[in-house]
Amino acid sequence: MNPIYLDNNATTRVAPEVLDEMLPYLRDLYGNPSSMHTFGGQLYRKIEGAREKVAGLLNADPEEIIFMSCGTESDNTAIMSAIGSLPRRKHVITTRVEHPAVLNFCRHLARKGYRVTFVPVNNLGQLDMDFLFKSVDDDTAVVSIMYANNETGVIFPIAEIAEKLKERGVLFHTDAVQAGGKLPLDLKELPVDMLSLSGHKLHAPKGIGVLYVRRGTRFSPYVIGGHQEGGRRAGTENVASIIGLGKACELAAQFLHKEATDLKVLCDRLENALLKCCPDARINGDIENRLPNTTNMSFEYIEGEAILLRLNEFGICASSGSACTSGSLEPSHVLRAMGIPYTAVHGSIRFSLSRYNTQQEIDKVIEVMPGVIRELREYSPFGREKIVCPPQ
Amino acid sequence: MWEYTDKVKETFLKPKNVGEISDADAVGEVGSIICGDALKLFLKLDKETGKIIDAKFQTFGCASAIASSSALTEMVKGKTLDEALKISNQDIADFLGGLPEQKMHCSVMGREALEAAIANYRGEKIPQKEEGKLVCKCFDVSEEKIRKVAVENHLTTVDEITNFTKAGGGCGECIPQIELILRDLWSLKPPEKPPKPKKLTNLHKIALIQEIIENEIRPGLQADNGDVELIDIEGSKVTLALRGMCTGCMMSDITIKGIQAKLREMVSEDIVVEAYQ
Repeated sequence: MNPIYLDNNATTRVAPEVLDEMLPYLRDLYGNPSSMHTFGGQLYRKIEGAREKVAGLLNADPEEIIFMSCGTESDNTAIMSAIGSLPRRKHVITTRVEHPAVLNFCRHLARKGYRVTFVPVNNLGQLDMDFLFKSVDDDTAVVSIMYANNETGVIFPIAEIAEKLKERGVLFHTDAVQAGGKLPLDLKELPVDMLSLSGHKLHAPKGIGVLYVRRGTRFSPYVIGGHQEGGRRAGTENVASIIGLGKACELAAQFLHKEATDLKVLCDRLENALLKCCPDARINGDIENRLPNTTNMSFEYIEGEAILLRLNEFGICASSGSACTSGSLEPSHVLRAMGIPYTAVHGSIRFSLSRYNTQQEIDKVIEVMPGVIRELREYSPFGREKIVCPPQ
Repeated sequence: MWEYTDKVKETFLKPKNVGEISDADAVGEVGSIICGDALKLFLKLDKETGKIIDAKFQTFGCASAIASSSALTEMVKGKTLDEALKISNQDIADFLGGLPEQKMHCSVMGREALEAAIANYRGEKIPQKEEGKLVCKCFDVSEEKIRKVAVENHLTTVDEITNFTKAGGGCGECIPQIELILRDLWSLKPPEKPPKPKKLTNLHKIALIQEIIENEIRPGLQADNGDVELIDIEGSKVTLALRGMCTGCMMSDITIKGIQAKLREMVSEDIVVEAYQ
């Protein structure tokens, strides 16, 4: 059974075109781009070609692109670089709903003696902009705010934030891992200083990421060693994956417009149908400012892991913010930061689509889901007398 | 993805005894929607024999919570209340072919619901959680429950307590308190130290020193990116080389003295440790 893969914010299928492009570099062209001989040295040009394609997707200059091993490394490097180049500043600002790559890194900094401000969000997942700008002071080394949230798909007003921070002369990094390839990003227009991307979220393989560093931004490397990436990120290049990422970015640029419309149609179809046929369901997050491929829904009185494992029986892949799926005992930090009642957090399901999903697949989910919800509710002691639980 | 046994998966997909018993003799309700799992257990008794003739459940929770509830209802049927009370949370887990460590709290919830139902039938009051005895505020876990589950399942670490009761798995504020409870609980029966051997042959002594350095000293140093290597043993003189971050560390004298104290305690009073130059 082919899976109905609706978990594309977790990872995506490697595009067949990307794999084709990569294979020669895994099989025959295994040289080291730093070598003096042609066999290895010729790969240097290929890497530069891929860099141009990545820069093309972002409307950036190729020399502003640094290849890294993943999105997390990119996020960590950006923040470390910022605080490393401004050693006297001891304040970092981020949000309560960041990906762990930023959130836990900032908590780590807090333990090291940094002052960290976690900007709150409202119940639609929108950022408290006043709080953000009031938090900025002379001690602020860097602000790191995600472009779009991985769990809810809610998009933050990054352009507005970037403009204001630029006026105040504060370094700004955005984790655009979920936005890359899904939203148009034009770094000639968008005045962010640093931006992170991850390959496997846009149909390139896992193990490759990007940090964009605007020309003129002071940078200090995090991974130290050889001269690769102009001394900005040491370590022998992941040649095949870099080339794959280049191709993936080229494809993303091609599909950008089509995905924004087609995926939104599919996503809305799924969401509307489920709201209609499953009572006590709700959408989490601001649907006006949201990634076209993501919907986060809650089904009251039942628990997310149970829903996922039932869907799994039909080959449907999704994810949940419930405690039981998080690996910890606490449910989603994002949904809790939004003040979503616990009853709804535990029963939250995220569907995230990609260009490979079809309407038939969506219709299959629409067909299966109401039965799953009904059955699990039959098991549940709650919702029978419509108990309304207080938030938190 | 959790590593559920086939039995857990099967039971979750087709649970037995779901529902309520409208004229139940005993009802036990534990957990809450906020904590992420809750179980309501209904029991019907035969008035003559006192045996449980029917059991049903309603569960809000993950796959293992539903499977544990189903298992519990299957296990209690045909038993008297006293017999049923002998079912431990481990028995529930065993019935399912085992549960992932982090899911053991699901089996504990089953056991608690059973106790609650039986207390309900016998008209006993379920002990109310006293103010101040609540340890984990995130998951509403009392000190009493931590002690009880720890004893029943021989739990000695905070991680185990979290896996079995959820306590400490939220904000983590209560972790030091759980540590104190565990220390208090198990210090009543401190683990017996192997007696120091009276007379050591040279071979024994060398083997013992090697073992202590390997198992007790190196892990602690390695945690700080340091290390130590045993170079030689001559009589009671032990020569060590410090490695990694220990090399050139200003505290290296203290490290050597610490190792000497440890070896004196565990091997022989006359041991002298020297750094290899």
